[in-house]
Amino acid sequence: MITTVAQLKKGQKGIIKEFSDDSLPIKLLELGCLPGNEIELIQIAPFKDPIYINVNGSHIAIRRETAQLIELDIIDDTPAL
Amino acid sequence: MSKQINVALIGNPNTGKTSVFNQLTGLKQKVGNYPGITVEKKEGICKLPRGVKAHILDLPGTYSLNTTSLDESVAVELLLNKNDKNHPDVAIVVSDVENLKRNLLLFTQIKDLKIPAILVINMADRMSRKGISVDIALLEQKLNTKIALVSTRKGVGIDRIKELITDYKNLSTEQNVDITVISPEYFDKLRSAFPNEDLYKLWLVITQDVNFMPIEKKLFKDATSFATKSKSELKRLQQKETILRYQFINGILKETYKVDLAAAKGLRASFDKILTHKVFGYVIFFAILLTIFQAIYDWSGYPQDLIETFFANASGWVKDTLPPGVFTNLIAEGVLTGIGGIVMFIPQIAFLFLFISLLEETGYMSRVVFLMDRLMRPFGLSGKSVVPLMSGTACAIPAVMATRTIENWKERLITILVTPFTTCSARLPIYIIIIALVIPEGSILGLSYKALTLMLLYLIGFAAAILSAMVLNKILKIKGRSFFVVEMPNYKLPLPKNVAYTVWEKTRSFVLGAGKIILAISVVLWFLGSNGYADDFKNADEIVTNRIKKEGFSDFNQANIQNELSAYKSALKDSISNNIYTIDAAALSDSIALKKTFLEERALHQEISSYKLENSYMGYMGKAIEPVVHPLGYDWKIGIAVLTSFAAREVFVGTLATIYSVGSDEEQTIQNRMAAEINPKTKKPLFNLASGISLLLFYAFAMQCMSTLAVVKRETNTWKWPAAQLVFMSSFAYIVALVAYQILK
Repeated sequence: MITTVAQLKKGQKGIIKEFSDDSLPIKLLELGCLPGNEIELIQIAPFKDPIYINVNGSHIAIRRETAQLIELDIIDDTPAL
Repeated sequence: MSKQINVALIGNPNTGKTSVFNQLTGLKQKVGNYPGITVEKKEGICKLPRGVKAHILDLPGTYSLNTTSLDESVAVELLLNKNDKNHPDVAIVVSDVENLKRNLLLFTQIKDLKIPAILVINMADRMSRKGISVDIALLEQKLNTKIALVSTRKGVGIDRIKELITDYKNLSTEQNVDITVISPEYFDKLRSAFPNEDLYKLWLVITQDVNFMPIEKKLFKDATSFATKSKSELKRLQQKETILRYQFINGILKETYKVDLAAAKGLRASFDKILTHKVFGYVIFFAILLTIFQAIYDWSGYPQDLIETFFANASGWVKDTLPPGVFTNLIAEGVLTGIGGIVMFIPQIAFLFLFISLLEETGYMSRVVFLMDRLMRPFGLSGKSVVPLMSGTACAIPAVMATRTIENWKERLITILVTPFTTCSARLPIYIIIIALVIPEGSILGLSYKALTLMLLYLIGFAAAILSAMVLNKILKIKGRSFFVVEMPNYKLPLPKNVAYTVWEKTRSFVLGAGKIILAISVVLWFLGSNGYADDFKNADEIVTNRIKKEGFSDFNQANIQNELSAYKSALKDSISNNIYTIDAAALSDSIALKKTFLEERALHQEISSYKLENSYMGYMGKAIEPVVHPLGYDWKIGIAVLTSFAAREVFVGTLATIYSVGSDEEQTIQNRMAAEINPKTKKPLFNLASGISLLLFYAFAMQCMSTLAVVKRETNTWKWPAAQLVFMSSFAYIVALVAYQILK
């Protein structure tokens, strides 16, 4: 199964994998959402959407549907809060 | 040197670009729109050392030159178009020391356009707290530029920017990154097709999402020797370009930028924990909203009273001072009343934007967007529509202006179109007086029917807004990729100067923009109400005086005079019997006679104005539309009030007061007078449950506010949307009121 940012738990981190999908908004890339960069899930809004992430020092909120497009490897040693 | 240096200020949102602009230009700034679009254009003049001046243009905030919105394409177009009179001699790229890596992406793009560029690193005051150190000299060398380390909060480094602008000719125009490496054969083809053009510039024109510079686009279509790439191929290349730039930036920052994580203190995390909490987050947000309402609704009442008194006095003064005539009346009753109607809204607008700019400056607004986005989505809105919709309950005018924070045009348009449905404070006087007249006494579960009706009307307004948003979302075919990426900036203390500029700017643009239209319509309404062509109008004084001589005052006025006179008599008698003062019998009857004359003169005056209004153009219009409003349960008098209150809803009560010839400041009297009005056909009170509910519903939905229409025109840059709003809302209101009256009748 593919792991995406949408599956992160609060406080969990992951490393972004190579993109397979070019429907990812270019704006996200500009904000630092690039392969190899670390992503941390900071907060999930009430009703589970949108989510609030820190990627490469950029603190941004994105909707779950966008988060599902970003594949990553979860870093295991970060405990889920 | 007499030539001004053209400077473009560009940078990511939330970098303090506006603060830099404010500090460079001071109060010498001008805000307008770019021709034909609603993007705000801010420009100003900056005095430089050695008598040189710079023209500074504050471009809309953007993360890169890959545009996704109209705002951003304005910035790109200006940078690309050498013929534009504002094409910059030098670009200042404002960055924030904490997000330097991301900010440099935009910087390298501008460098690659071969425009001389200065890098401003702002928020230097946060460096020690965040454990950041930057090797400025090395960074200057690596980026091949000049850097100003600035703190707008402390006012440090502005002089360095000015120095650098003055010496802009010494800046290097070398490119930072050679992007042709992402696809050498593609760029080779480009080069052979357009040997005279700059490759990076061509690349930008090809990849722009927003359709601009049609001429250059056409150039590509006509060039047969050049095969274009598919959209997704171009997008892949854009991704490659971004990665390439970040590689370049990361390499540089590794040597020049150090963060000591141990020294960094994260206020953000603890604030976020509370402010975006699933319970406290909402509680805090609603507490803030309540405060804003209180300010707009209640606190602004004091300055508004002062303004009202001032304009009433001014109008009286003009009438007393200038020679009587049409011109004096135009000034006193048309122009001054019109200006008063504009100035009246200033306290509300100022308060709303005071709060909005405070919330934006602190960084809280992004958290509201984050909290509310999911709730608004089913209606085709986003988290960014919340604040405009909420502030619409106070007044739709500042609310429509507040939609500017919504980048997505479709979402913004829907928000603008539905906001006037929310119950604004101008509906309140009508609601209160009609509810008092027609809703019976009594209560259910301790809540009076009257209070419940008022609450219901508020709920109906919200429901209408939300539901029509849903419908509009379905029917509006506006393209525009809507993806939701909101930056959550660091919390900051607001800079008072920035807040003050915002409040001043928004208020000024309302007065100048919408104010003109409001003034014009007020003058037209005044003219229609105070002129008539028939003899009945011209000889009104005589006709009414004669009628009163023959038949006496109207029943209502007779009774009213009697009541007031006997109240006056008994008050006098009480004072005498309590020995407050003593007067003889002759003086007593004198003062009673005086009071009677005063009351009669007032009644005469009121009956004349009532007669005049009935026979004015406005009166004819009222009678002409009577067949239209009759099915709603209204007579021609209410018809006139509906017509005049098109200017603004609150005019309704005042117009009825004039028609029924009572003073409009006496709410109790006008209410009694309305209660006494009899429908000549049914011989029952004209204001009954059916016609009352019909009126309430009509005002709940109808677009009875030309000020809002004027603002919508200003914000959408076309009459199309305000016209659609007017037709849709008012015909909907008509149908609902019609159905309600016919059922309840």
